[in-house]
Amino acid sequence: MSASPFAHALDLITHVRGVRGAMVVARVDGLVVAEQLMEGIKGGAVAALAASLTGRLQRAMVTAGLGPSQFWHLQCDQGALLVVPAADSLLVVAITEPEVNVGLVRLELLRAAEAAG
Amino acid sequence: MPDDVKTLTAELARDPQSLVFLRLGELLRHKRQFDAATRVALHGLERHPHQADAHDLYARILADRHDYERAFDEWDMTLRIAPHHTGALKGLAFLYFKVGDLAQAEAHLQGAYRIEPDDPSIVQAFAVIRGEAPPPPTLLPVAEPEPLLSRDAPPPRDSVTAFPEAQVFAGLEGAQEGLLLLDAAGLVLGGALKTPDGVDVTEVVAAYLAGVSQEASRTAKLLGLGGWRGLSAEGQSGQVHLVQPTPDSMLLVVRDRSVPLGRLGMLAQRAAQASRQWLERQR
Repeated sequence: MSASPFAHALDLITHVRGVRGAMVVARVDGLVVAEQLMEGIKGGAVAALAASLTGRLQRAMVTAGLGPSQFWHLQCDQGALLVVPAADSLLVVAITEPEVNVGLVRLELLRAAEAAG
Repeated sequence: MPDDVKTLTAELARDPQSLVFLRLGELLRHKRQFDAATRVALHGLERHPHQADAHDLYARILADRHDYERAFDEWDMTLRIAPHHTGALKGLAFLYFKVGDLAQAEAHLQGAYRIEPDDPSIVQAFAVIRGEAPPPPTLLPVAEPEPLLSRDAPPPRDSVTAFPEAQVFAGLEGAQEGLLLLDAAGLVLGGALKTPDGVDVTEVVAAYLAGVSQEASRTAKLLGLGGWRGLSAEGQSGQVHLVQPTPDSMLLVVRDRSVPLGRLGMLAQRAAQASRQWLERQR
């Protein structure tokens, strides 16, 4: 168990079958605040890209009158990246296998975001 | 105007460190020679990266070219260097007005007004934002031939004019206002996007989405997840789904929250198929 104050929030996510890792990321600069990742995942780089993508989506969605993004999901051939904004300009990020229960991960991300905030 | 391009160019050639690039860039911008104006502004920024007016000049050129995201960044930088730069404050007010954020537009104009209360363009802009006057030619510091402030009059969209949305998404649900086909640089190929209030935000949203495809690809690659197939996002009052019909294009589908994300994905796939066929016909 990590000593990070976000350990509980990350535990919620990584306990879901098919989740390869989870991170708490600072939205402004894309730095990793806390992480529980499987070996080999480049957390820092992914965090930076997740923060940047969040910013782009956020601006596009607010401009389109859809309100700020509450959840986004990048679907890839061999897995997915799921992101939920939390309080204090943080993001909670999950990296998953392709066969994961996306609905369940989304719910845990939302719970984790609440716990992290 | 006493300056002409030739004279100023010669002056800049004689002294590349000179601030004359500001006048030359502005003159070229006036003449709508945006490529040349951009080169001059970037030349100046290379030599004077902390010169607020240089960032302001570049921001105005970018805004003229409808590259609002980068214009925003440049005006933001201008204000970091010179917090009382009225050109940047008016520029940001213009961008906020353009996307319908009237509160932020007014806040930035208030900032400009506190610094230059006698500037008639600020007073006029207040009237426009508050709906008390029709849009003047521009909120930008220098008058433009094109009415940039008018949110009702859509900016020139040559590509869309050439390829009307009906041709791309004919027969698809929401073809007129919830489907948007972009190229890799964020230029609109077809479709349109309006806010729930009916404001056309096609160009601005397209600008914000430029680069999403590249970043999604890099993220997927870094994670060893192969290629990306789609990106969906939920907002407070609507949701979006992005797909890549072809490697050099991107399709945005927007719907309200009543449409399940799964159905949105299916709709996006149908629209992507239509886009692929349409793009193929254009080649």
